[in-house]
Order: sequence, then C-alpha cells, then structure tokens
Amino acid sequence: MMPKINSPTELEDLRREILSKRDSNKPCIAICAGTGCLALGARRVINAFKEEVKKQGLEANVDIRETGCPGFCERGTVVVIYPKGVCYLQVQPEDSFEIISAIKERKIVERLLYTDPSTGEKVIYEHEIPFYKNQMRLLMGNNTKIDPKNIDDYIALGGYGAISKALSEMTPEQVLEEVKRSNLRGRGGGGFPAGRKWETTRNAPGEPKYVIVNCDEGDPGAFMDRALMEGNPHSVLEGLIIGAYAIGSHEGFIYARQEYPLAVENVNIAIKRAEEYGLLGNNILGSGFDFKIKVHRGAGAFVSGESSALMTAIEGKVGEPRPKYIHTSESGVWDKPSDLNNVETWANVPLIIDKGSDWFTSIGTEGSKGTKIFSLVGKVNNTGLVEVPMGTTLKEIIYDIGGGIPEGKKFKAVQTGGPSGGCIPEEYLDTPVDFDELAKLGSIMGSGGMIVMDEDTCMVDISRYFVDFLCDESCGKCVPCREGLKGVRKILNDIVAGRGKEGDIELLEEIGDVMSEASLCALGKTAANPILSTIRYFRDEYEAHIEEKRCPALVCKDLISYYIDPERCNACRLCLKNCPADAIDGEKKLIHIIDQSKCVKCGTCFDVCPPKFSAVKKISGEPVPPPIPEEKRVLVKDKKSKGGQK
Amino acid sequence: MEKIDEIIDGYVDEEGVLIQILLDIQHELNWIPKESIIEVSRRLQIPISQIYRVASFYTAMSLTPMGRHLVQVCLGTACHVRGAPKILNKVENTLKIKAGETTKDMMFTLRRVNCLGCCAMGPMIVVDKDYYGKMKTQDVGEILERYV
Repeated sequence: MMPKINSPTELEDLRREILSKRDSNKPCIAICAGTGCLALGARRVINAFKEEVKKQGLEANVDIRETGCPGFCERGTVVVIYPKGVCYLQVQPEDSFEIISAIKERKIVERLLYTDPSTGEKVIYEHEIPFYKNQMRLLMGNNTKIDPKNIDDYIALGGYGAISKALSEMTPEQVLEEVKRSNLRGRGGGGFPAGRKWETTRNAPGEPKYVIVNCDEGDPGAFMDRALMEGNPHSVLEGLIIGAYAIGSHEGFIYARQEYPLAVENVNIAIKRAEEYGLLGNNILGSGFDFKIKVHRGAGAFVSGESSALMTAIEGKVGEPRPKYIHTSESGVWDKPSDLNNVETWANVPLIIDKGSDWFTSIGTEGSKGTKIFSLVGKVNNTGLVEVPMGTTLKEIIYDIGGGIPEGKKFKAVQTGGPSGGCIPEEYLDTPVDFDELAKLGSIMGSGGMIVMDEDTCMVDISRYFVDFLCDESCGKCVPCREGLKGVRKILNDIVAGRGKEGDIELLEEIGDVMSEASLCALGKTAANPILSTIRYFRDEYEAHIEEKRCPALVCKDLISYYIDPERCNACRLCLKNCPADAIDGEKKLIHIIDQSKCVKCGTCFDVCPPKFSAVKKISGEPVPPPIPEEKRVLVKDKKSKGGQK
Repeated sequence: MEKIDEIIDGYVDEEGVLIQILLDIQHELNWIPKESIIEVSRRLQIPISQIYRVASFYTAMSLTPMGRHLVQVCLGTACHVRGAPKILNKVENTLKIKAGETTKDMMFTLRRVNCLGCCAMGPMIVVDKDYYGKMKTQDVGEILERYV
C-alpha cells in the first residue's frame, strides 16, 4: 500500500524522493507500447529487449520502459534510448542484441536511425528528426518519458503539481478566471470556450454537478485522444480534478470507447493509483476538496460522442441526442448540470494552471490559442500524430512534418474534421489551421483528423464513403438526418455505378442544405459537409462520373475495367493464380488475357502484378481494347526484355 | 446464469449500469442470449423491451451467437483511402460470408468497424485481440489460417 499524500509539501517530498532514487544518467530504453506499435509487433520487441537485458546481465544498469505512443506510427516500433534520446525506428525483436550491446559500448546502431530522404544523412536524436523538429509537443512530448501504468513517472516530471497549486494557492473562482483568460477552446470539434462552459455549469442551479471526459473518439481517422489516454492518462485526470474544483463538482465520469481497450485499461489503473496516493477521493492533498471518478465504457455508437447522447448513455440508456434548447452544461446527466470536455481539452488544463494563461495565449492565433494534435494519415509519408501551434499551415503539416505524398504521386485534397468536415484542395494549402480558418473553407478542424488524399482517391467515392458511414451511425430520431442521408446515399450510389443523371448534383446540394438547416444534432447538421465540400472543389469529378461515365481516379468499380497490356505482360502467371474468379486466361509463355465477362473487378491482378512489369492497367470511360489475336500471344525471347522495360 | 448474477452483483446500488452489465455479459459469453436479458430485467427491474432496445442499438452487443474468432476489418477513412474495401472483399471471399455474418462452423464472425484508432497502420484488421496493420490482400488467407 502506498502512503497517502496529505499536503502539497508531502507531494513535493515524494517527488524529490522519486527523483533521488533515479539516476538520470542511467540508460533507459523506452519502447512504444501503444496500440499502433503493438499492431506492428511491439509486444515481441519488448519481450526480446527484456530477455536480452537479462542475458547480458544488465538488469541493474539498464531500465526498460513501456510507454505510450510517441506519434511516429509510420516507423513503429519506435525505441528511444534515454538520457540522450537516441531514436531507433522500425525496430524488430532481432535488433535487441545490437542495440543493447551498443548501449553498453556507448555506440550507435546506424542502420536503425532515421535517414533524411533528401540528404541521405542519418539523424541520431529524436528531437532532430524533421517529423519531430517542426512540432511543438506540449501534450504529447511526455509520452515517451512515462510508463502510463506508473504514477511515479508522471509525478517525477512535475505531475499533479498544477492541482496542488490550484488547491493550495487559488480559489475555484481564480482557477476558472485563469482558464477563461487562456481562451482554451474545446478540442473535440466544437471549439466552444471551455472556461465559459465551466462557468455555466458552476452557476447553474442543482446539485450534484458532474464533470465528464469525452473519450468517445468516433471520428474515423482521428486517434489523438486514444494516444493521450493510453500514454499519459494522469494528465487527463489532473485536468479533470482541476476542472471539478473550479466548477464545484465532486463526481466525474470518463466515457471511453470500448474499441480502445488499452485506453480503458490504462485509465482504470491510473485512477486506482491516484486514489491510493490520495489524489482522488476525500480531502485531496489536505484541502478539504473531495472528488471521485468513474469510467463508463461506450458500446460502439458514433452518435454517442455527441454531448447529450453521451450523457444519456452514462445513465445506461440508448445514447441518442436530444434537442438542446437547454444546454447539457445546465441540465445533463440525470438532469443535473454537467460539464463535458474532450480528452485533449482536459489535458491542456494542468499546463494552463502550471504556466499561466499569459504563456498559453502566447501560442497560436488570434482566435485559437495553444497547440492542437492532428492525426496525419492516409496518403502521406510520415503518418502519425502531430502536435503543432494553432495557425501552422496545412502545407507545413503535410510537407515539412509529413514528408509529402508517397511514391511521387500528386496531392489531391486533405480531409479534415471527420464525417462533419470537408475536403480541402491544393490551392488552399497555405491556409493556417485553426478553428475559424478551416470553417471559412467549408470544412472544420473538428477533433483533428487529417486524411491526405492523392490522385488515386476518387472524391465522389469519398463523399459516398462518409454518407455510408453516417447512414450507419445516424440514430434515426429526426427526419432530415435519417431520410436525407438515405436519399443522398441513393443518388451517390447511382452516380458511382454509372447511373447518374443530369440534375443529381443540384439535388444533392438541395438535400444537403435542408439537412444542415433542420437536423436535430450536430451529426445531421454537418452530415452534408463532405458532400457539399467535394462538390464545391471537385465538381468536375462528379460531372465526369455523370456525363462521361468515367471515374478519373480509377476507383469506382462499376466504371473501370482491368486490362492486361500485351506489350508488358511477361506471362508470369501471378495474376492468373491469384484471380478469385478464374477470369484470366494464359499459361507460361502465353500472354495473359482477362475475360471481361468473368471479371469481378476485385483488383487482385493489379496488386500482384510485379511493379517491374506493371502490365495490369485500369481504364475508365473508354472501351477495353480487344484481346490480341491468338497467334500473337506466344511470348518470344526478345519481347521479354522489352516487356520488362518501364 | 450464475455468471450473469455474478456480473450484476458487481454493480449493486449503482445507477445507470445497464450498458456496462450488457458489455460484461457480451465479454463473458461472446453474445447476449435471451435468458440473460430476462435475468437482467428481473434483477434490475427494467422492462425487457428497454433492454432489447439498448442491446440492438450498440454495435458491440450481439443478440446472436458469435463465432469462436471475431474478425474486424477497419473501414475508417484512413484505411478506406489505403484500400480497406479490397481487404474486406478478400476476407469475405476467403470466409465465404458477408460482414455481420458468422461462418457455418461457428469459427469466425466477420464485422466491419468504423475506425480502431490505428490509422497510421491502415489498412488494418483485428482478429480477436491481435492487430494486423499495413494489410495486403495477399496476406489475408495466411493470417486467417492461423486461427483455424
């Protein structure tokens, strides 16, 4: 049993004690154990390192820390060696011997370092890698320094210092004032000033009052809340306790998606540890302030992330939204005043209390202060989590940090804000990203999903994708959302299937306007954004589908055909063996031909055809060339070398 | 049935626990049988119709028995632009079932999910608790084979 901490002084004593037991020069191997790296086999890497340390008899000399997500998911498993911060990427279990030997001999394993693609130079330290160098990692930066299951790691870094300061030196009013002055806006998507929301709940009549963490991160393509909750759960808890103190709440909820089992596990452990130390419970740090937290698992419904829906789910009912004539901040869970903020918003609070609102407002733009974490994913070289000051341009994020588009393809659009957001084309890449600028472009910043699309992405297909998603997730309570989505889905399905007709685009726009105007909750009100923004910037693609029955990006199944270029085919039989429909005819030394009537357009042949041949082509909007005559199908030697040329 | 009582006993005197109890039952039995709903209704004094409404609303709850292994194909936006529909297609063809169905031998249940938060690894599939990132259609067969 850990000793209870009864005062700010005791917390400081404990911090000193933890630090005194730690040798800051002792090598520590920090291995990412976030869901992303685990998907790439991080568990095996961690075990290999543990075994290797044992084998080399270094248990007393080297620490191993399982950490949360450092953000550079593209190059997982990420291993950072402290105290210097040597960063190894794409580490495999077999590399453990070499890395540990290198630590012993004070050397570096060159081959596992980051290589700058433009100069070919190796980069040794984490903070010098371009992906990290151009970020400002106020919230994410501690992830590699903390084992989320170990509260002492957080305390060692000054953790729970902000709540200690708030409880001992500030009145609840002063805390509220500080957060209001910081102009912290909600990171979940709405961008509503958190301080004002707190104030409403504080002033609303009715007891008890509740504070809630929204970790129902449902936007597809966004995972920053998962990374924070998994990697640094105590920072979220500390923010929540501070908020509770300011608002006058003694009970909090954390609503986490069941799709994030590791986040649920880590936050539960974090709560337990905080209770043992007396940082949660009665009389926190001897201040007389009581506060407890319960974790509520979501059960898989996108709409439940909406504030009023989330609160009905906490009550154990079907998580559907209700009209918000009265805000949830006044009447929420069991009709009591309830303040709900998103994970990232809460995680900002300790920083604001610790460093002050003046410091916070010095970062960011006029209307949006602080940093924002984006999940940079899709067709971009360095996928992962990126934290930058508000106002950083899309170009800086996608090119300087993200390293541009892979395989030399052309950028087409970036989708921001999830299903409520929109697609932004190339000409607006210099736009500084904050709440207000993206809204001007018909998109939103949302919770920070940033999905990069290249020339191979069909914008009509993307629009249909989001409509499909929203049709699944609409709760069906209000007519504009339920029927509107069904209507536009039918039209979009027709367009991608080659049955589009004149007037479809205008009809989509009209239905979209009605949905935006008349839906009950934010899901329906914003559901048309993906459609309207793609029509606004990529109308020509819609027209190509409708008028020419052509998919310019060669994506829409019904509008494309697969065809084997006889000039390039090397008769290797790979496509033929892999075709699930037996649609490919050929044999060794006999050029292969796709029987168009049998082809199911699964694209397997296109995927398996070796890149040096690239014989399988996709065509759209034009007829498939007739198969070559039988007598010309036999592959002759000199032709083979010709076929191999690019 | 004892298991169910045990689960309910873990939540005595708490409000709003229905969803949590159903999730626990789902976790324990791999689906939510009718008998368990009747028992929950009896113990919590909540009408059966209301429990059905909750259990049918949430995707994490299944009112039919599920296969021994749950295969989830992520169709989040990031996975979608990197070719997730093709992966789903391949899994469907390999298991010879559609998303939402269970194989006749009760080995696999296939589900599509809207984002598992591993967007940098897309396309992504999860079998039981094992995550597989950067999937290619060619890898599907071999991965599923491991669970037979």
